[in-house]
Amino acid sequence: MTIQSLDLRGLLCPLPVVKIAQAIKKVEVGETIEATATDPGVLADIPAWARSSGQELLSMDKVQAREFRFVVRRTK
Amino acid sequence: MSKSDPNAPKRLALIASKGTLDWAYPPFILASTAAAMGWEVAIFFTFYGLTLLRPEIEARVSPLGNPAMPMKMPFGSDDFQSINWPIPTAMMTVPGFGSLATTLMKKTFQNKNVASIEEMRQTCIDLGVRLIGCQMTVDVFGFEREDFIPQTEIAGAAAFLEFAGEADVSLFV
Repeated sequence: MTIQSLDLRGLLCPLPVVKIAQAIKKVEVGETIEATATDPGVLADIPAWARSSGQELLSMDKVQAREFRFVVRRTK
Repeated sequence: MSKSDPNAPKRLALIASKGTLDWAYPPFILASTAAAMGWEVAIFFTFYGLTLLRPEIEARVSPLGNPAMPMKMPFGSDDFQSINWPIPTAMMTVPGFGSLATTLMKKTFQNKNVASIEEMRQTCIDLGVRLIGCQMTVDVFGFEREDFIPQTEIAGAAAFLEFAGEADVSLFV
């Protein structure tokens, strides 16, 4: 299982969700993407996107004051 | 059709009726987000919203008639940028003030790395959002099909209502 990484730092809503949606289509089913973002909106937006699009959110962590790292897996 | 088929994707129907810079963002942001979440989306552009379908979008903004607009400078020290300047209404009618307000707002967006309206529109197109121009407004204001970007569909209210009738979320901006 390969992990691709996506840098979403500095991007504001809706770009983090838009970019992850575009990126997930480029990996194989079962592969994961690790992304780093600075927009606090991702805390609510990425889980909502995952539920809505049927993808799997593996983790969402706050790594610094305004930096968040999350991992998603393509399920379909 | 979303309502009759539980497995079909959700549907968002948006009407964009305004052409100023502050009203141009909401429809494209909502549309691109919904499309990124796997929804089926169409935006119906009517009246001044039609100007958002031109190849070059020249949307402007004015604080005149917009009392809730924050008047903050997008340059200078952090303390300077946090000042919300009280501008008398009469000053807003001075020639050039509208252009100034538009320039400052665009700079604010640039500072925060917000995409331009054309970029947001292109993201919508890339994600499969349908962009529909209102037939009636096109006729009334004397526009031509060629005035708009090629991805534009031209349709009337009935065609849009058919789409919206099966939508989970319908919004008027």
